[in-house]
Amino acid sequence: MGGFFKSSIGRKVAMALSAFFLMFFLLQHLFINMLSVFSPDAFNEVSHFMGTNPLVQFALQPVLIFAVVFHFVMGFILELKNKKANGVAYARNNGAANSTWSSRNMIYSGLVILAFIVLHFIDFWFPEINTKYIVGDMSGLHNGEFRYYHELVEKFQNPLRVGAYVISFILLGLHLAHGFTSAFQSMGSTAGRKKNLQTFGKAYSIILPLGFIIIALFHHLINNH
Amino acid sequence: MNLTLKIWRQADSSSKGQMVDYKVTEISEHMSFLEMMDVLNEQLVNSGDEPVAFDHDCREGICGMCSMYINGEAHGPDRGVTTCQLHMRMFKDGDTITIEPFRAAAFPVIKDLVVDRNAFERIQQAGGYISVNTSGNTQDANSLPISKHAADEAMDAATCIGCGACVATCKNSSAMLFVGAKVSQYALLPQGQVEAADRVQNMVAQMDLEGFGNCTNTGACEVECPKGISLDNIARMNRELMKATVK
Ligand code: HEM
Ligand code: SF4
Ligand code: FES
Repeated sequence: MGGFFKSSIGRKVAMALSAFFLMFFLLQHLFINMLSVFSPDAFNEVSHFMGTNPLVQFALQPVLIFAVVFHFVMGFILELKNKKANGVAYARNNGAANSTWSSRNMIYSGLVILAFIVLHFIDFWFPEINTKYIVGDMSGLHNGEFRYYHELVEKFQNPLRVGAYVISFILLGLHLAHGFTSAFQSMGSTAGRKKNLQTFGKAYSIILPLGFIIIALFHHLINNH
Repeated sequence: MNLTLKIWRQADSSSKGQMVDYKVTEISEHMSFLEMMDVLNEQLVNSGDEPVAFDHDCREGICGMCSMYINGEAHGPDRGVTTCQLHMRMFKDGDTITIEPFRAAAFPVIKDLVVDRNAFERIQQAGGYISVNTSGNTQDANSLPISKHAADEAMDAATCIGCGACVATCKNSSAMLFVGAKVSQYALLPQGQVEAADRVQNMVAQMDLEGFGNCTNTGACEVECPKGISLDNIARMNRELMKATVK
């Protein structure tokens, strides 16, 4: 088994597994964030549950952090190995003749996502961890009201942040445009090469980032104060 | 037609190479690309210069020798052909054509456009065979039922000519289309089952050892492969390796 994950194919399988987890995570994340547009109360309730439930906090959250770190570290390792496998660079190389832009630039779309994740952690995750586990305030309250919705709206008042989010999510869409079906192929399934999953993957890679973009724009433009 | 050629010249494996410009005139559109190269070489020999070294053998698309990276694509802009099958009618009078060797760390340049593809041979030797007793008591092939579907897919995989276009095209210099085809042609048949687990493990290990890159499923190999080897073969290889690991 150890040998398997040291092989080129084993690494790809691990890459795909972590990617599947991330894609599932993003789906539930979008679902919860969508609540902030339709029902601030529901958003507060669910946020409080996710933020204080021990199963989410101490089982799912570590798995998520591991998956993210694993995914981009392995992404870098594979990229370096692939660069080493190249010979002298071609004087003329027509990549567009045989492959999509997003498939050839996974590392760059991934890098933008990574930069986003850093920003996102500074924005939401560190303050959250600070309030809950350093300050020790698990109540989720601020001036007697749930603070989550208010904090979210506050963050999206800054146009620079909204701009950074929009750009990052476009790059996420490009990452997924190739990544979604690629992950099936890496897992040894030909399903990703068939029409149904390709359509589904396309829909996923457009709708999911668009959802996050709409939420950011909604709070910036419409829910402005 | 009259053409400008930009060709990679490199005296031997240890010297540094560079792109050199040449002119050829009165090239017929009915010529194959290699015949055009023959015209150039005749010209070079007549003027006392060193002809451009390039690999070729069958000149009918079956030996896989004629490795050339033409205008940024393995075997040039046409689909489903090797360089020897590439017609000059794919080009226009006055065109500039860039001709480079197949590039990959595992395919070192020997001279000019000739590269060393022995890494493929070593991968084959690691498991790309079945051990059949040929001492006269071989089983009659027809006694093994094989579905039409499996037979067709195995035959499709077996059409790989080991040309290396997949590696040359791949941005990761991955050999997975080649190895996927070589694993699949046996994985699909009953004769391949006995050694199936060892085969895929040994061939993948050798592929990694040779320094080929990791597939990121861009699909460029499938597009440039002269034999239309399908990416499904890579998925099958991945499945075979997983099966062999949990076995
Ligand atoms: C943290 C920053 C990220 C980086 C640096 C990154 C980098 C990469 C790279 C280089 C690949 C290609 C590797 C390969 O195919 O072998 C890849 C594949 C992939 N990534 Fe990411 N990625 C990041 C985040 C994400 C996120 C958040 C998701 C989830 C939505 C994701 C989903 C995928 C998928 C689905 C694949 C295809 C897996 C496969 O082909 O086996 N990535 N990533
Ligand atoms: S898979 Fe296609 S491109 Fe690769 S070596 Fe075989 S015939 Fe050539
Ligand atoms: S010379 Fe044999 S395939 Fe081109």
